Amino acid sequence: MENDFQVIIIGCGVIGAAIARELSKFRIRIAVLEKEADVSFGTSKATSGIIHAGFHSPQGSLKAKFVVPGNRKYDRLCEELEFPFERRGELMVAFDEDELRILQIYYKRGLDNNVPYMELLGRERVLEMEPNLSPDILGALYAPTAGIICPYEYCFSLIGIARENGTELLLNQKVTWIGKNNNNRFDIETESGEKFTTDYVINAAGLYADDIARYVGITNFKIVPRKGEEYLLDRRIGTLVKRIIFPCPSSNSKGMLVIPTVDGPVMVGPTALDTEDKTDYSTTREGLNEVFQQAQRMVPGVRTSDIITSFVGLRPAAVGNNGDFIIGKTAVQGFINAAGIQSPGLTASPAIAEHIREIITKEGLRMELRPDFDPYRKKVWIKVRRLLEKRDFEKYSKLVGQNKDYSKLVCRCENVTEAEIIAAVKDGHTTLDGIKFATRAGTGRCQAGFCTSRIMEIIQREAGIPFDKITKKGKGSEIAPYHIEKGYRN
Amino acid sequence: MIKNVDAIVIGGGPAGLAAALSLKNNKIKKVLITERENSLGGILLQCIHNGFGLHRFKEELTGPEYAERYIEVLKNTNVEVLLNTCAIDIISIGTGKKIYLMSKSNGLIEVNAKAVILAMGCRERNRGNIAIPGSRPAGVMTAGLAQKLVNHYGYMPGKEIIILGSGDIGLIMARRMTWEGAKVKAVVELQPYPGGLNRNIVQCLDDYNIPLYLSHTITNIYGNERIRAVDVAPINEFREPLKENSFNITCDALLLSVGLIPENELSLNAGISLDKVTGGPLVDSNLMTNIAGIFACGNVLHVHDLVDWVSEEAENCGKSVSAYIKDTAVQKKGIPVKTENLVKYALPATLEQGKPGLISLRTIAPAENTTIIVVAGNSVLYKKTYKKIFPSEMQRIKIDKVPENTDVIHVFFE
Repeated sequence: MENDFQVIIIGCGVIGAAIARELSKFRIRIAVLEKEADVSFGTSKATSGIIHAGFHSPQGSLKAKFVVPGNRKYDRLCEELEFPFERRGELMVAFDEDELRILQIYYKRGLDNNVPYMELLGRERVLEMEPNLSPDILGALYAPTAGIICPYEYCFSLIGIARENGTELLLNQKVTWIGKNNNNRFDIETESGEKFTTDYVINAAGLYADDIARYVGITNFKIVPRKGEEYLLDRRIGTLVKRIIFPCPSSNSKGMLVIPTVDGPVMVGPTALDTEDKTDYSTTREGLNEVFQQAQRMVPGVRTSDIITSFVGLRPAAVGNNGDFIIGKTAVQGFINAAGIQSPGLTASPAIAEHIREIITKEGLRMELRPDFDPYRKKVWIKVRRLLEKRDFEKYSKLVGQNKDYSKLVCRCENVTEAEIIAAVKDGHTTLDGIKFATRAGTGRCQAGFCTSRIMEIIQREAGIPFDKITKKGKGSEIAPYHIEKGYRN
Repeated sequence: MIKNVDAIVIGGGPAGLAAALSLKNNKIKKVLITERENSLGGILLQCIHNGFGLHRFKEELTGPEYAERYIEVLKNTNVEVLLNTCAIDIISIGTGKKIYLMSKSNGLIEVNAKAVILAMGCRERNRGNIAIPGSRPAGVMTAGLAQKLVNHYGYMPGKEIIILGSGDIGLIMARRMTWEGAKVKAVVELQPYPGGLNRNIVQCLDDYNIPLYLSHTITNIYGNERIRAVDVAPINEFREPLKENSFNITCDALLLSVGLIPENELSLNAGISLDKVTGGPLVDSNLMTNIAGIFACGNVLHVHDLVDWVSEEAENCGKSVSAYIKDTAVQKKGIPVKTENLVKYALPATLEQGKPGLISLRTIAPAENTTIIVVAGNSVLYKKTYKKIFPSEMQRIKIDKVPENTDVIHVFFE
């Protein structure tokens, strides 16, 4: 029967996608329902991309339980899925005696959480490691196991491997109703009018996890969006820092960070402000000032004139739970939560996925390993930019020999070729934002000024979507909605 | 594939076209133009309004017509043109240059050239560069992208338009969108004076009763999927928005015309030093960069307001390059050009002793009854009084002869 599954995962951010990958190792029928036009379009795409060492999380919390095991899984995941991941290390810096004492608290916390290889470093050593840090720094807590990834590439590769192993991904499917039928199975309806049936529901709906839970009568938690503004700087200014730089944290956030990214440019942020509106993705003047004041204190070379873009992420913070993750079975048999997952959720995601697998096994789902499961991605994204950066013209020529489209540059800021865009469109990324996240086209300093119309041509040709129906991020966000000859004048 | 040429011109827009023709007119044998688009002409191709060529051809042409004048002449030369080809790297090897090109039909091409002319043009500043607060919906784009969507593809980005910045492209687009039936509700400019040419203010805004808000800025953008409104606020003398006086305007598109930036990523990779003010390479009076054999002209060097002067500059550049290739250039001492009072920048950075010179400059702010003075030691090389002078208008100053024994040339307003 079509639309009949054993497991339906609601939400395809990094948590939903990591769970999909984990479950796709087994012979079960899995679908992932995503309300947006592409995966990772909610909270995931806007995370800082940090794989935390794990000294931030308070002992005894689920955060602490999953953060270090999650961190450890990244080397292998990166080898299997080929997303960029670098263990750069993180430094929490102190400016005065009080803050030096705070470092010790986190050092102790790190030891409790089994964070390996931590060191408390004096001023001289810190400045030797990171010469662009403020000379006013007195010391730092150093954790070398912290890393950086590109969060959406990670999400794409997780759901990619799951799909290669039989998982169905359904985009633009906003869940509007869930109920138990006479066979004690779940019926799910979506906004598009489609109906699905499943034995198990995994609630990985991020910001909307409380709304999803409410459909089955679970009302014991509420998700409050905690807004974070981030600012991306021009790659021209160089790397500034090799490691992730943290201040000593405040009560509700880790503070403003200076974050190197795997793609080169430095990012600064995020703010932390609780809001009521789950759709408030607006940056503010106050946020910008806050971010740069704090970031400049640590790294004086960070300047607002180097901003190439800014964005907002909404952390799905669970209220009434000490801000911890909400993971596990519920009063409703077969309905499993993976909710309230904010930082360090990205780090924890592979460990959370395994934990969900254990829960669902205990709940009675027959888990038989798929003999043909292939953990390695068949389809690997080729990034021409990475070859050109290394001036590896030989390898690049070979690539062009295989496919001429690799020699047609579409995005010249980030060196993305037509072949890469076509591959992304064929993989289902048919919005400009989707293609941006899949290929980096349009993320550079011109912010898609030159390549927007060229990418639209490729989408039109490869996906058969008319020019005026091509969107930035799904219905209602058409780029050029009116043809000048078709009744535009009204 | 390997090619050997005398000179390679990177970019087939107005600067590249005029530079290549100039090289031919100065008897350079093997000239190659590389252009990333599928036709020559550059940004002129989407500028279908008229007003081009008044100085050059003494008539009003559209952008494509202006480009056509050069392309037609070029067809009768043996200049080689590579379309759909992008330069990705320049490496100096001895006195020669190796340029790597990516070409749709030929793959990777290695070009050995005696000289390089950079003519890559510029790009538009965007929302990220000016950090406008607010949400991130569809419908916010640069005026140049809107121009391409409308003029090249025939699609409109919206029906109710706000334009931020009064640069020339923004003004031209205000009129263009009006012609296509859109309602342009406001042009908002941070400065107390317009960013574009006065003739465009008259012909594109005044003639269509489009309000221009000077000393105003956009303080918020609303809308989730599509932009639905903006907040506009006046600013005080410290450029801080006065929130209590802000007002909301509904719209479905916001076009940005907030300045142009010379596109010098390739130049930076090649080790070329840039001028902090112009954003273009630092050049001497031959328009040569700090790397011998690499020259620059047009908007990649500094942003021009009239294409006519781009062509002229590119022709001069072609002349210098041919002298360099033929090794007939008797390089004399370069005298540094220093700018003072009101001068935003003056280009080139040095002038050659004993030779005529051409200085391009802009003011920092509008001024009335002001005199441009160029002096070297005790001798006044140039002096002219202007009734009104605007930052949007580039001034060109011809010096008959730079004195032999002088250490510095001063350019200033009085």
